[in-house]
Parts: sequence; C-alpha cells; structure tokens
Amino acid sequence: MENKVLTSKLLCYHCGETCQEENLQIEDKYFCCLGCKTVYEILNENDLCGYYDIDNNPGISLNNNVSNDKYAYLDNEKINHQLSDFIGDHQQIITLYIPAIHCSSCIWLLENLYRLKKGINQSRVQFSKKQLTLQFDPSIISLRNVVETLVSVGYDPQITLDTRKKEKSKKEGTSLYLKIGVAGFCFGNIMFLSFPEYFGFDGIDVVLKQFFSYISLLLSLPIVFYAASDYFKSAFKGFNQRYVNIDVPIVLGIVTLFLRSAYEILMHSGNGYLDSLAGLLFFLLIGKWFQSKTYQGLSFDRDYNSYFPLAIHRIIDNKLETVPINEIEIGNEIVVKNNELIPSDAILLSDTAFIDYSFVTGESQPIQKFKGDYIYAGGKQKGNRISLKVEKTVSQSYLTQLWNNDAFQKNEESSDTFVNSISKYFTLIILLIAITSAITWFFVDPSKMINAFTAVLIVACPCALALSTPFTMGNALRVFGRLGLYLKNAFVIERMSKINHIVFDKTGTITYNDQSQINYEGQELTIEDKQAIASLTAQSSHPLSIIINTFLNEKNTLNVMDYVEILGAGIEGVIGKHNYKIGSESYVLSKSNKNESVKETRVYISKDGQEKGCFLIRNKYRDRISEVIRKLYPFKDLSVLSGDNDTEKERLTQLFFNEAELKFNQLPENKLNYISELQQHNKNVMMLGDGLNDAGALKQSNVGIVVAENVNNFTPASDGIMDAKLFNQLPELLSFSSSAKHIVYASFILSFVYNFVGLYFAVTGNLTPVFAAILMPLSSISVVLFTTFAVNYKAKRVFSNTN
Amino acid sequence: MLIIVALILISVSVALIFLGAFFWAVKSGQYDDTYSPSVRMLFDDKKKKTIKDEDKNTTKDES
Repeated sequence: MENKVLTSKLLCYHCGETCQEENLQIEDKYFCCLGCKTVYEILNENDLCGYYDIDNNPGISLNNNVSNDKYAYLDNEKINHQLSDFIGDHQQIITLYIPAIHCSSCIWLLENLYRLKKGINQSRVQFSKKQLTLQFDPSIISLRNVVETLVSVGYDPQITLDTRKKEKSKKEGTSLYLKIGVAGFCFGNIMFLSFPEYFGFDGIDVVLKQFFSYISLLLSLPIVFYAASDYFKSAFKGFNQRYVNIDVPIVLGIVTLFLRSAYEILMHSGNGYLDSLAGLLFFLLIGKWFQSKTYQGLSFDRDYNSYFPLAIHRIIDNKLETVPINEIEIGNEIVVKNNELIPSDAILLSDTAFIDYSFVTGESQPIQKFKGDYIYAGGKQKGNRISLKVEKTVSQSYLTQLWNNDAFQKNEESSDTFVNSISKYFTLIILLIAITSAITWFFVDPSKMINAFTAVLIVACPCALALSTPFTMGNALRVFGRLGLYLKNAFVIERMSKINHIVFDKTGTITYNDQSQINYEGQELTIEDKQAIASLTAQSSHPLSIIINTFLNEKNTLNVMDYVEILGAGIEGVIGKHNYKIGSESYVLSKSNKNESVKETRVYISKDGQEKGCFLIRNKYRDRISEVIRKLYPFKDLSVLSGDNDTEKERLTQLFFNEAELKFNQLPENKLNYISELQQHNKNVMMLGDGLNDAGALKQSNVGIVVAENVNNFTPASDGIMDAKLFNQLPELLSFSSSAKHIVYASFILSFVYNFVGLYFAVTGNLTPVFAAILMPLSSISVVLFTTFAVNYKAKRVFSNTN
Repeated sequence: MLIIVALILISVSVALIFLGAFFWAVKSGQYDDTYSPSVRMLFDDKKKKTIKDEDKNTTKDES
C-alpha cells in the first residue's frame, strides 16, 4: 500500500510505475509524473483516497497531456444527443466505454464521482464491459465537463458513435438464458413425474399415471416450441441453402420424440420419452451457452468509424465551429490540431505540416508536407494546428474506401465446420438404418415397424455429437483467454487448426511498438556531452527525444538556457558554455543533401556548430522472433508485408532463414490483395497485424489476429486479439488449436460408440423409455467430461515447456 | 389419491413462480455483469462520514 522501495527505485503511489524524477513528492508519497500527482491531489482534496486502500497502486499513468479543447465537440448539441441514452431538463444519462477500468479501485472511484463534481447524480460501472453509466444534471454540469472530470482522474472514455450499436448481441444472450431456464424447469419437472415409472411402481393408479403423462406433455410444449426454436430455424435455414447441418438430425430426433410420445400418451399406450426430450434440449442449450463465451470488454468488429473523431473544427465565415464529422462537405476548410486525426482527404492550406501516418502505413516517423500538398485521411498532425481544404467526404476517402472492399461484405460465419460436413452423411445413414429396420420389421412383425423406425431416429439424435464441438472449442477458447489470446468465438479455433500460411505485418507485429534499437555514430561523446544532450532532450516531449534520453541514461538535470524547440526540426539550447543542437540533418547541419538512400531515422548532434555525430534509430525486433520462425517455417509458409521501405530487407531475410516472401511498400489494399491471391491458391492464411493499415488483410484472411501491447487498446476488426507477450508462443498456439481438432475427432468416435449401442436396441425394437433416459444423459456427460479433461491436459502439455 | 394430484399441481405452480423470478432476473439485467456487484457490496458505508461540502471542489479539475 505504501510506496515500496525496490532496489532503490521508487514506485509511483498512484500508478505503480517506477519514478524517474525524484522531486515529485507529497509527504511520504512519490509520483512518477505530474499527471499522477495531480490525480492524487484531486482525490486527496475530495477525500477520495479510499481509492488507494482497495488495490495497490491502482491508478492509470497519465503521460500524455491532452489539449484542453479535445472534448469541445461534446458541446455540440447533435453529438450530445446522439451519444446520450436519455436527455431531460434535469437529467441526462450516458453510457461511456472506458478501457482503463481494470480493478476494484476503479469501480470504487468511478461510482463515487458524485463526490468529485456537483451535478453528477449517479454513476454505475459494468466491469466486464468496461462501461460507465452516468446520470447527471445537464443544467448544472455539461457533458463535456463530466468527460473532462473523468479524464482528469485518468479515465479517458473512448467516445465513438460506433459504441451505440451494441444492443443486438445483448438480446441474444438473454434469450439463451431464458431458454436454458425454461428447458431446465421442464426437464426437472418431467423427470420428477417420470420417477414412478423409473422405479417400476406397479401399484399406481392408472388414472394417476395418465394424469402424470398429461402434465409431462403439457410441460414439453414450451420445450419444443420455445427452447428448441433455434434448432428449427437453423435446420430450416440449412435446407433453404441446400445444406444439411448438424441441426437437421437433432430436429429430426426432437420431432420424432415429441410426436411418438404424444401419440403414446394420448392413446394410453405408454408414457413416451418426454424426459429424454427435455434432457436433450437442456444439455444442448448448456453446450451452446458454454461455447458462446465472449470477451465483452473487447470489440472485434470495429471499422474506421471507431478510429475517427466524432467532430471536427470547421471554419465558416471566419468563424470556428465544431461539427459532426459526417457533415463536412467538399470544399470546407477544416482545422486540425496537434495529435488530431485528419478525417478526410484534403489539401494543405497551411505552410507546412508534419503528418504521422503510423496509423495507416505503420511508418513511425512523421512526414513533412507543404502548402498545396494532397493529404490522405488517417494521418495525425504533429505540431502546430493546420488548416486544410476538404477534397473528399469522409466515406469516400482513400483510407475509408478500404471498407467498401468485398472482404468487408463477406458473410460472417461460414458453416463449413467439421461437424457440419459429417452431419450430411450422418443424417443419411441414420435415415437408411431407420428405413431398413422398418422394412425388415414389416416382414417379421408389422406391429413393431413404427416402433423401431421412431426408436432409431430418437436414439440416433446426435446429442453427444452436437456437444463435443462446443465443449472442446469452448474449453480451448478459455485456455487461450487465460494465456492472453482473446478469440472472437469458438469457430476461429477450427479455422486456426487449418492454417498453412502465415503472413506477418512488420511494424508493431514482429517489431516492438514501443521500443527502438538505437546506435550512435560519429565522434566519441564525453560524459559532459552526454549529460548535456540528456538534459536538453529531457526538455522535449518528442518521441525521439524520449528515446535518446532513455538510451543515454545520464543525469539530465543540467541547467538549459535559451531552449528552443522547432517542431519537426529539432531542439537547441545552451548548456554550460556550449550551444547544442539536436535534430534533423537540415536543422542541425544547415544543409539538406536530400539523400534518398537514407534508410533509418537519424538524429544529428552538433556542439557549437560543429557536427558531432548522429543517432541511428531503428525498429527493434521481438526478442525471440528467430526462435519462433525456426519452429514455424518447416510447417507453414511465411510472408512478411511491410508498409515501410526495404531498409530492413537484409535483416529480415536473415531473421526468416531466407524462407519467407518479403514485400515492402505495401499499401493497405496491397496487403488485402496479397492475401486473397494466396487464398486463390488454396492457402488457409493467418494474418498477424496491428494497425488500421492491416484492417483489410485481417478481414480477408481466414484467421486475422491483432497483436497488441495492451489488449484494451483500439484494434481493428479481427478474429482475435493477442497479447504481444504471447507472440513467442505462436507455434504452440497453432499446435494447440490442431490438438483441439483431434480431441473433437476423438469425442466423435466416443459418441458414435454410444450411438451404435443405442441403435442396436432400437433396431431390435427393445428401446424402453428408461433406457433412453439413461443412455442420452450418460453419453452427453461422458463426452463433456472427456473433452474438458482432454483439452486441459493437452493445454498443460503444450504450454508447460514455454513458460 | 386426489391429494397427490393437488400436491403435484401445487409443486408445479411453485416451480413456475421461481421460473418467473428467473425470467425477471434475466430481463432486468442481473446476468449482464456478474463482477461489479460483488465488489460494490463491499464498498458501501465505509467512508460516508468524510463527505464534505462538495462546492469547493468545482475549482480544481482541469489540469
């Protein structure tokens, strides 16, 4: 709870990160940055320090300061209305998605927001969805103020219009719960009423027996017409598409069970198999629920709307106004500030701009643009605000056009699963057996013909078969989730097991996103020089300054005089008696020999006008990448697609043992086309990417996985999100997915054995209700147990030697 | 024997009440989030005595 001293390093009281500077201190508490200290002050002032009592160092590190009108667009009435769930005169309700929610302290603080700001009445956290529902009084506090309060304590909401479309999946989830409830209720009661028969009580009154049967029949109605409705729909859909899926034999079984039981009961000739029917559906629905585990906090379906700002500043009649993004028209003049995204293709009106396209191309360094240049959407401006003239509307822009590609229209879940491919034959064989036995009985003993025919359909109802996939895949999904690979649904695992070609994106996927490799070339730097450079770079928040500063790891508290920072060029200052300049070649050396062969990012240093040397900054590959490649290349084809130029070609060739196809200067649609070309050659492609530039490729590929340093960050639409730490285990993940497939095969065999035993009794006309009521649950439960144990055992085996 | 009939009817209707309660619980969203309520119930009452006047807080927020 108190700040711990770990090997003389101080941990921030707020967020638990190591403190770099030692002067940020309140009483005995240390802080890593001004942001954390401010949050502590706010909380302290409002007696909200209970925040720190629940979890250790719960805070969120606040390193990037936001311009103070970032949320100005929330004042716009239209946007305000679109985002809110309800707006009244004195009450407004809004639900915000806050990715930073991660612990109990978060819940505590966010639900005590009313103590922080007057006007906030109530706030409720939905932890699994990372959502906060806020109720506040708009006449006292504006939405913008509320959001800024959240930001001030480190909980930045992610506001996109996209978050408004989540209602559908929720409804599906609750209807499954209700169906399980109904099935469980009817199952229990029918079984209860069947007890006398199980134990063979003979002394029971006939009237009472019939009464029991009638109640059972009544109870089975909601099962057939409500709980089983999804299976009817799915089987019918399959028929319409001339496709026999696994639900067809299930529906066949359900209908036969129900009709035969109803006939027996109404004709007083027996008690039917209603208990088996109810049990069957109950187990099937449980399997469905088990398989439908989803990671609600993560989103797998984002499109460009989620990346783009909601609003943009527009200049009309020399007045700056904020308008929703879809209202900007061609010819409008828009203003983009530091770190804001350019939402549509436009022509630069300002003199110069530095556009960071890392979002789109993966290229990490900003590109300088000049007045009149055409600027594509998706870039971020670094530095002063710029104005632009809009050339295309948002949806027609270069970047967003990617989403008009066919890959994004394609049907979501293909029914091409293994279980569906065998169900065709399964159904056919079952029908054949049923008809043959009926014909045989017709000649032997016609009174047993119907009995045997229906008994075959009943006992062959592939309950265990239908359960084996959901439980195997559901278990595997949980194993992956524990490790840090969050898949969209269980079908992905089956597709993963068929992968034979893996395509990597370069930047951010096989390289670190947040680490660079840095070298120094030139004259030897003395200690004083190093300290001077460190002190100078400590003044600037430019990413390159930070990289150099951490690289030097020197005392950086020297006094800097006459500090000047020129955005996109460099910094200079006087330290001691010397003038230091750090920055681009043209800035530091006052010459710009536009050297096209310059491949890496270089930062030049000069002391009193004399060139000292330069830092070379390159991407750093993940530590164990070559080990991963060595394990993969004998079994899978590999490719690397990079948005960058071919600087790294040699290193990559070496790294991939000359086994991979390398492609450079790939635009987003090149990547997409490359993958669809592979697929035309019958490859099952897995794409690993990270940014918006990979969005098309991720969507087109059979399995698209996003590699993210922080899984709660914004990621493009994909089949799964993988924690970057897990990258080293990629070969194991793939081999585990094929193990899962083998486990499904094995459990198929197990359930076939049960089917054969049942069929023997059915064909011979000896299937009693009690026997059916035992055989069905027995087969289902043993399949469930088998898959659960097998998956977890396999997971232990596969992943034990990597940890 | 009539008593058994009556008992069965009673037991089924009691079970129906519980089924209704389950429906209500699902529909009112109690299954939407199963984590935060478990934490929330431990928070209450703890620091209520320290609530001060909230007016003075309005000055310090944007930083």
